[in-house]
Amino acid sequence: MLVSWNWLKDYIDINVGVEEFCDRLIMSGSNLETCTPVGAGIKGVKLGRIDKIEKHPNADKLVICQINLGNETVQIVTGAPNVFEGAFVPVCVDGSIIPGPLHGQPKQEGGVKITKGQLRGVDSFGMLCSAGELGFDEKVAPLISKDGIWILEGDWSHKLGAELTEALELEDYTIDFEITPNRPDCLSMLGMARETSATLGGEVKYPETACKETVDDVNDYLQVEVKSDLCTRYTARVIKDVKIAQSPWWFQKKLMSAGMRPINNIVDITNFVMMEYGQPLHAFDIRNIEGGKIVVDTADAGEKFTTLDGKERTLTEDMLMIKDSKKSIALAGVMGGLNSEVLDDTNVIVLESANFIGSSVRKTSKTIGLRTEASGRYEKGIDPNLCHDAADRFCNLVELLEAGTIVGGAIDIYKSVYEAKKVDVRVSRINKVLGTDISREDMEKILKSLECQVSGEGDVMSVTPPTVRQDLLAEVDFVEEIARIYGYDNLPMTLPAGRHITAQSKSRRLRGIAADALCAMGANEIQTFSFVSPSQIDKINLDEDSIERAFVKLINPLGEDTSVMRTVLTPSMLEVLSRNFNRNVENVRAFEIGTTFMDNFIDPNALPFEDFSLSIGVYGENENFFTLKGMISALLPKLGIKKFEFVAEKEYGLYHPGRCAKIVTDADNGEQVELGIMGEVHPDVAENYQLDTRVYCAELMLDPIEELSDREIHYHQPPKYPSTSRDIALLVDEAVAAADLKKAMLGQGHEILRTVKLFDIYRGEQVDTGKKSMAFNLTYRHDDKTLTDSEVEVVHNDILKVLKDKFNATLRD
Amino acid sequence: MNMQEMLNNIKEESKIKLEGATSLKTMEELRIKFLGKKGMLTDILKNMGKLSPEEKKTLGREANLIKRDIEALINARVDMLKKAEKEARLQREAIDVTEPGVAISLGTKHPISQVIDEVLEIFQEMGYEVIEGPLVDTVFNAFDGLNSPKTHPSRDLTDTFYIGKDICLRPHTSTVEIRTLKDKPVPFKMISPGRCFRCDTPDATHSPMFHQIEGMVVDEGITMADLKGTLDMMAKRLFGPETKTKFRPHHFPFTEPSAEMDVSCFKCGGKGCNVCKGSGWIEILGCGMTHPNVHSVGDVDTEKFTGFAFGMGVERIAMLKYGIEDIRHFYENDMRFIEQFK
Repeated sequence: MLVSWNWLKDYIDINVGVEEFCDRLIMSGSNLETCTPVGAGIKGVKLGRIDKIEKHPNADKLVICQINLGNETVQIVTGAPNVFEGAFVPVCVDGSIIPGPLHGQPKQEGGVKITKGQLRGVDSFGMLCSAGELGFDEKVAPLISKDGIWILEGDWSHKLGAELTEALELEDYTIDFEITPNRPDCLSMLGMARETSATLGGEVKYPETACKETVDDVNDYLQVEVKSDLCTRYTARVIKDVKIAQSPWWFQKKLMSAGMRPINNIVDITNFVMMEYGQPLHAFDIRNIEGGKIVVDTADAGEKFTTLDGKERTLTEDMLMIKDSKKSIALAGVMGGLNSEVLDDTNVIVLESANFIGSSVRKTSKTIGLRTEASGRYEKGIDPNLCHDAADRFCNLVELLEAGTIVGGAIDIYKSVYEAKKVDVRVSRINKVLGTDISREDMEKILKSLECQVSGEGDVMSVTPPTVRQDLLAEVDFVEEIARIYGYDNLPMTLPAGRHITAQSKSRRLRGIAADALCAMGANEIQTFSFVSPSQIDKINLDEDSIERAFVKLINPLGEDTSVMRTVLTPSMLEVLSRNFNRNVENVRAFEIGTTFMDNFIDPNALPFEDFSLSIGVYGENENFFTLKGMISALLPKLGIKKFEFVAEKEYGLYHPGRCAKIVTDADNGEQVELGIMGEVHPDVAENYQLDTRVYCAELMLDPIEELSDREIHYHQPPKYPSTSRDIALLVDEAVAAADLKKAMLGQGHEILRTVKLFDIYRGEQVDTGKKSMAFNLTYRHDDKTLTDSEVEVVHNDILKVLKDKFNATLRD
Repeated sequence: MNMQEMLNNIKEESKIKLEGATSLKTMEELRIKFLGKKGMLTDILKNMGKLSPEEKKTLGREANLIKRDIEALINARVDMLKKAEKEARLQREAIDVTEPGVAISLGTKHPISQVIDEVLEIFQEMGYEVIEGPLVDTVFNAFDGLNSPKTHPSRDLTDTFYIGKDICLRPHTSTVEIRTLKDKPVPFKMISPGRCFRCDTPDATHSPMFHQIEGMVVDEGITMADLKGTLDMMAKRLFGPETKTKFRPHHFPFTEPSAEMDVSCFKCGGKGCNVCKGSGWIEILGCGMTHPNVHSVGDVDTEKFTGFAFGMGVERIAMLKYGIEDIRHFYENDMRFIEQFK
């Protein structure tokens, strides 16, 4: 909401400066966006009159103007198309300063100094300028000055040569307040005056609405019929002998400072009253109202209608229209029709001051994609009681601006009159919620400053808000009113009494442990989008019928790339690895802990499945399958998974078929549970992600891990007796898996065999092709005595025999 | 040369040679030369048989004295040389301590996680329970339960992502307020971090996915003063003890009264700079006293219980705290970005 500081002062006396005014209003709930000075940065610019215009001898598009500045005449060359002899204009004489920017140039700090010069060989002692060059937004330049120099309205003969800012009384501030959606009443000068009154004190001065003189009777000109409940009130007045002209400068100035472009007197008055009351008005040329009758009704389905902006719109049957006896003439609450526009020769107008249901206007405006000052206000809700006053104010201003003659009487169709509801508000409740001890007297004072009526006594205040405050419906709404006018700053600061203990879920704790452990292993945490492209499953080489394609789909995604919720984290990890790799980051260890989503195939109306996953991705010269496996092997015990196995997996398309493993564990019931998968990324997949290096990834499912997690510590006394260790090098076929050898050794039931560690694998000249040599370290220890060599020998030999029998493993010398 | 002369010679020669020796090896050779089994002194002692007992006694004593002197000289000299050698080794072994250490790389959590951890720690110390909610939630939990008007623009397809008529990607963590009110008996204090989604095209300050932290307290006797005190304390912990807070009236459907909290600019201290855009204040979060309509969703006795709620944007806080200029950095995951937050 743009507020002109000077204009606001027409409605209330303000005894503080603009800065304090803004600060105080911020603290009472009108948040400030900006406060911009108007007319600032203009120095030495004079008011002048173009007395003579001649063609430029050397340029078709330039003219030479002789400009009357009272005591002197200056010559200025201009290219502006809208100059004419007799026009009053701002004159930037030699040495004057304007805020700029000059047309087509960037804004300069400190403004632009104008100097005399020559244009195509003709002296020019300054320049003529546009409203934009004087610091106004080009959007508010009066319509006749649009895209040209600023032509001042009115006769300024007595001010020729005067300083422009003084002659026009230009200096003002445009204050932009952020109005919250619960306060549509503040989308008006009177609304802001009421806020000012409540915040700073002072009485609101309401505008004059009476007319001095009327002729004829409105009913002789017009009939109105309201057929739809979407229109709650329709007030119409008629003005005859209309003289379309420019509004006077004092009137234009207020509109410009409040961000509106002056068009002509009738349109300007409708905008002026809308700004004053927040009530949109619309003027029709009566010539175009066929049958002298206005009918408010919904549109025909598929009806075509051309709005004032010249665009043809296709309507639906729920859109409310203003019609005459034959056709539509306005899109109710949104925009008038081109067919009933007020034109320069308009003689009689019908003024509409109506109230429409906000949700209907909102829907129409959204459907056809057209938002206007009017629709924005209707959408948020307007007090229907304003219609009559606003229509009267329009007539008052028409009389004042001598823009026409007012026809007597008004047509006013208002079936159910809106009355404010009386609300019981307890003083004790307000103090209880705010933590204050404000007296009833002080509360009443605040409520009355907000134009509420208060009755009753004791703890209960019976409060009737003004009808413009449709947001004040219940006790709780008044708590806020008291609080904001009393001042949030004046509330004390305390801490709630403590009778709670902190806690967090097991899942969150485990995620925290996982993140800390992975950071300790040198991995950085990443965060990627929860929504992804469905094509990523193709990119990671998974089957057509893979479960990873059971996407939760967005109805309104921003684009294909973010159109489904991810079912798996690894593709996003690959994107991050790729981005880093292609930015020449040499080594990366990264992890992400996040939610994956799966379509709810059991009940499509229920929420989708959400699970926590952990993905790890690594590349770099020291990384391989086993560095990643090592990370996982260190991580899982931290998460309370003590026993787990890596089982070769050949079928998962994301990974190298010979370098992929599923990670499994046994549940209490003996069932094998899959915890995740890891491997070297398949070269095809790596290629899909422009990863010209070996990449290793893993994805763990945190939900089964959480379920099986046992983080209890089982203490054992440190060994009392020494252990003996034996190293063996076994020659076996390539196909023999290390894990199977280890399992066989430990699986013989020899209690004294404590650990088996693989510490070397050799393939090469020293062993036959198709064979490998695997070196293990075996540790033997007894809890209650020191083992003798022969006791160890017996067990050791048995183990060697088993290995020979099961795997044809022979000892290598 | 008589024996006396020979002894004198040994005495002098040994002194000169030993004092001139510069290595342990030479010392050993000299020891053998003078004191060894075939050494000069042994030679003399062997030849003493030819002497008179008187001479034997005198010369013998002298020879022993010389032997002791030589031994003492050798020992002293050897000690000295050993010390010198150690010294030399230590000098030789001096390293450039400014050379880099062997790299041990520790990873780091994502800055978003770090800010969440930091804020959660503050509230956990004040007894708040961490409660999380699903990212896909019902329209009821996202809007209706929060007293949001049916026609509120935030419900539009242009604002909120939907996967069904009544199911959406949560546009704020406030959904967890409704879930907690439905699930937990009052009183409670909860804090809930997590991802949120809104239909914003990515640019330097917008991301269609972002994080929020929501907090809610319901108890008897909770006041707006408690809300101010709690959030003021958080601001001082998060941005430094000098931080001041300002509560401005605002409007949210789920709180009444509602407020926005500004903190004094932690860069300029309130004088005005580019971070606070000259105002000295930075908007940090929205908050308010929970609307009774919201409490009613959890069948809370709204006469007996009051409460407050607040929500803040994690990215915004991280960007302000670290001076990050573009929100998209968070989701690009360039390691050179993330590793700065170690």
